[in-house]
Order: sequence, then structure tokens, then C-alpha cells
Amino acid sequence: MPELVFLLMAAVAVVSALGVLVVRDIFRAALCLIVLFMTVAGVYVLLHADFIAVVQVLVYVGAISVLIIVAIMLTRDARQGQPLGNLKYVAGAVAFLLLAVIVYSVITTAFTLSESAPLEETVKPLGKLLFGDPGYLLTVQIAAVLLLSAILGAIAVIREK
Amino acid sequence: MLTLGLVHFLILSAVLFVIGLFGVITQRNVIKVIMCLEIMLNAVNIALIAFSQYIVPTALTGQVFALFVMVVAAAEVAVGIAIIFSIYRSRESVDMENFNILKW
Repeated sequence: MPELVFLLMAAVAVVSALGVLVVRDIFRAALCLIVLFMTVAGVYVLLHADFIAVVQVLVYVGAISVLIIVAIMLTRDARQGQPLGNLKYVAGAVAFLLLAVIVYSVITTAFTLSESAPLEETVKPLGKLLFGDPGYLLTVQIAAVLLLSAILGAIAVIREK
Repeated sequence: MLTLGLVHFLILSAVLFVIGLFGVITQRNVIKVIMCLEIMLNAVNIALIAFSQYIVPTALTGQVFALFVMVVAAAEVAVGIAIIFSIYRSRESVDMENFNILKW
């Protein structure tokens, strides 16, 4: 059963990612992107990462897609549906080569898989890991400073002179 | 019938990453470039969480990394869209061809 769910979600994810590239109307491309974000959240649930799945829905589907849609609306009168740049064939070749290399190395590498069962719920251990003593507390604080400086930088860049 | 394993998640991640990369190189609309960047970051997150789940299932290291990637992605989108607005105001365009202010 998880295999079927995975195949379905992988198919939807790849199709909607291609939709972001192919769809002419940029607003519809943004809607394709939201579908992609939701299926990625589903993949996280399949991987027993419940907290990350919720954060994915909150941050990506909730915040980032709204930011992107606001950006689309504020630049509405710009020319729609620009054709692909003239790098199309080179980029396609590079992308295909990269995909082949990654898939080859993934298939031929012998990963040392762990036998232990995944955690039933990850919220509490994640909180302990992020805020506990042998944990990532300093990194959390640096991330907070990064977010603050990103907000200030965005305001400073966008302000009318 | 296949049994779901690490390899499948990694291949899904690789496919999404490559689609995003192709988009970043070829798209002309700069908002679409940002959308493709988001696809790439999501692909990396899938790989991180899959590794975390299959190799160190009780340590959750990859999930912590994925959380920090999300923080950086949010900051990146905010600053990126601010820069797009700022250039759009002076150039009246979101086409990559016109974003050559820094070109020497």
C-alpha cells in the first residue's frame, strides 16, 4: 500500500513540477507549485516525518506560495508567457546528464541501512534536539537572526527612495 | 511489486532537482526562476529526510537539517521578491534579459 501511495504522489509531484515549467500563464504555474508542495508534504508523511510535513504545509503552502502569488499580482502588467531562453538544448543536455549521474550513483552505492524502527512521533525528540543541551540551540538562534536580517533587508530594498 | 526503499525517494528527489535546475537555467520570467529554485530546495529536503529515515531513523539529524533549509528558503524568497519589485519599479519588466544591472 505505501508503494502505491508513493507512486501516485511521485507521479503528481513530477507532473506538477513539469507544469511549473510548461504552463504559460504564470498564475497557473504558481498553482502547480502549490500542488507540488502539498505532494512533497505527503512524501514526508510517508517518511514518518510528521512535524516536517506540517511545517511544509505551513511555511511553503501557507507563506511562500502567498508571497509568490503577491509578487505575480504586483507585476501583473508585465508580458506573460515569455518563451524559453535560447539555452534550452544545452540546459536540457546538462540536466539529463546530471540526472543520469545521480541515478547511477544512487543505484550503485551500497547504503548501510539501519534496521531500527522509525520513531512513532517526532515532535518531542525534535524539540529536544533543537533546544536541548547537546543540540542545535546556537544554530536556532543564528537562524532567528538570519530571518530578522532577511526581513530588514527586504524592507530596506523595497522601500521607496 | 516494488518494496519502497531509500533508492526510490532519492530518485524522486533527483528528478525534481533536475526539473528545477532546467527551469532555473531556461526560464525568462524571474518569478518562475524563483519558483524553480523552490522546487530544487524541496527536492533536497526530500533527500535529507529520506537519508535521515533510512540510515539514522532515531537520530533525526536530517529532519533538523530540513528545518534549517526551510528557514533559509523563506529568507531567500523574501529577499528575492523584494529585489524583483525593486528592479521592476525601475525597469517595468520581470524578464531576465533586462536584469543586467550588475553586468560589467
